[in-house]
Amino acid sequence: MSSATDAPAGVAALAVDGLAGAVLAALSTVRDPELDEPITTLGFVASRTVSEEGQAQIRLRLPTYFCAPNFAFLMVADAYDAVTAVPGVAAAEVILDDHFASDAINAGVAARAGFVASFDGEAADELDDLRATFLRKAVLAGTDLVCRPLVAAGSTPADLAALTLGDVPGSPELGRLRRRRADLGLPADDAAPLLIDPATGAPVAPDAVPLHLRRAKLTRTGIDANTSICSGMLRARYPDPS
Amino acid sequence: MYTKDGEKYFIVDSHMHYWDATPANWVPGAEQYAKGWIECFHAYQSLGPKETHWPIEKFEGYTEDDLMKDVFEDGHVDIAIFQPTYLKEWYTDGFNTTERNAALGERHPGKFIANTRFDPRDGDEGMAQFRANVQRYGSKGVKLYTAEWNNGSRGYKLSDPSCYRFLEEAQNLGIKNVHVHKGPTIWPLDKDAFDVSDVDHAATDFPGLNFIVEHVGLPRIEDFCFMATQEPNVYAGLSVVIGGLMHARPKFFAKVMGELLFWVGEDKMTFGSDYGIWEPKWQVEGFVDWQMPDDDELSDYAKLTTATKKKILGLNAAKLYDIPVPAEFLVPAQAGEPAAQDDAKLVTEV
Repeated sequence: MSSATDAPAGVAALAVDGLAGAVLAALSTVRDPELDEPITTLGFVASRTVSEEGQAQIRLRLPTYFCAPNFAFLMVADAYDAVTAVPGVAAAEVILDDHFASDAINAGVAARAGFVASFDGEAADELDDLRATFLRKAVLAGTDLVCRPLVAAGSTPADLAALTLGDVPGSPELGRLRRRRADLGLPADDAAPLLIDPATGAPVAPDAVPLHLRRAKLTRTGIDANTSICSGMLRARYPDPS
Repeated sequence: MYTKDGEKYFIVDSHMHYWDATPANWVPGAEQYAKGWIECFHAYQSLGPKETHWPIEKFEGYTEDDLMKDVFEDGHVDIAIFQPTYLKEWYTDGFNTTERNAALGERHPGKFIANTRFDPRDGDEGMAQFRANVQRYGSKGVKLYTAEWNNGSRGYKLSDPSCYRFLEEAQNLGIKNVHVHKGPTIWPLDKDAFDVSDVDHAATDFPGLNFIVEHVGLPRIEDFCFMATQEPNVYAGLSVVIGGLMHARPKFFAKVMGELLFWVGEDKMTFGSDYGIWEPKWQVEGFVDWQMPDDDELSDYAKLTTATKKKILGLNAAKLYDIPVPAEFLVPAQAGEPAAQDDAKLVTEV
């Protein structure tokens, strides 16, 4: 059994390379829920191999031994789901290395056991609420990214309150904001207001726009600061990122 | 004290440690946690300037002489406040206990304030120990690490009834300041362990106590700021902000400082080096030299005045701990109105 990273020769290699590419693409859809970035760009994927038989093995790593176990579980479980869904992958194994809860997380994800069963007695519920909380933060942070150029171009709070998503020129930031809103079940179509309360979906009134934008900016600053500290910690822990 | 360009700064290091994380102090069977913890701290040190990095052996167990030199002789600090962290499940004699800190402090009169701690899960026995510590060491502050592991428990909240019992007793004993440090675990594990809403509840219910949220609630700066705007007795402890961002990520440091000055205000921000993670010298000198850069992206953030820096580096913490400060270090009463005052009104009105 050879692996994709061993660069095998011949026709089978092409198929495996294609499969390895598909696995990487699948992993790039998995995000750190807290940082709202793909685990691939964050450097959390330590290694990935795919055999000719379609056996995929992914090793993940995190910035510290004590990173929050709930977020770690989500990333391992999401990676498992994403890789398993790739056509041609017959079986997937996702292993989190060097973490205080590695054993519980790896065994729980492998058994498709869910978070509560994986952390017997230590968790009251699955992680859907946690994920939603951080999607709402991502919506707020994304709102800052989308609105800054509009404000710089002279849009007033009243202008912004009247805009719909379809009024805003297309951009990667807008696409991302729409996807996060859709993930939460919030309106994301062209007719939907640009500014909404990410908890309720209610439009933001003109007089509440300045504070809304200030919170959006604060949220983005917080996420950016966390990302910068996490990436610095990861570099200290694994000085030669693969 | 630190003098620069004719200005004199009284320095209170309001968050620092004297720990023992040497392998001899690792609890048998829990070595991986003791090792994981100190290695994590050591990685934080790597975010400071390269010439201030220590080898892991020194980092695990720096000496009293190291501390006195780094903090006072070289680090410009006038008064340092010990913040204990016990972690007795991983470190046999504790990581950084009240006793260990106070023993060092007693050898250097006038230099240290020894805070203590409690853990609501320790029950009546813990309460008795807490009372004894306050009486013996004259503590005016406590450090609470809510993610500490304790007999199978992964953490607690300030809003737990068992914790309120301790906070009530703290108030009775004359404790003024509660330093809160969030960590990655809590019960139940499916909740966000870094959530600060329990601090919000406690701050509302204990208006006679000040709550200094260390590391400004990192990684929940946004939740912390919004809470601090609305609670007059909530403060921002800057440990990790200066140490972890000022050198490694100056742009993000500027943004975080800008947000803190806007939401929390310069009268409610306190410097803490987090020594031995980072030496105070480069932090104090760097912060005195620092200014909000001229940059379009930072244009809505306030510039810092000399008074702002004097307050953050020492005067605010001196007020919290009733530390007498010679007149030459003080700022005129009018200098620097609280930066967040108008905005706080805005928030409560909306």
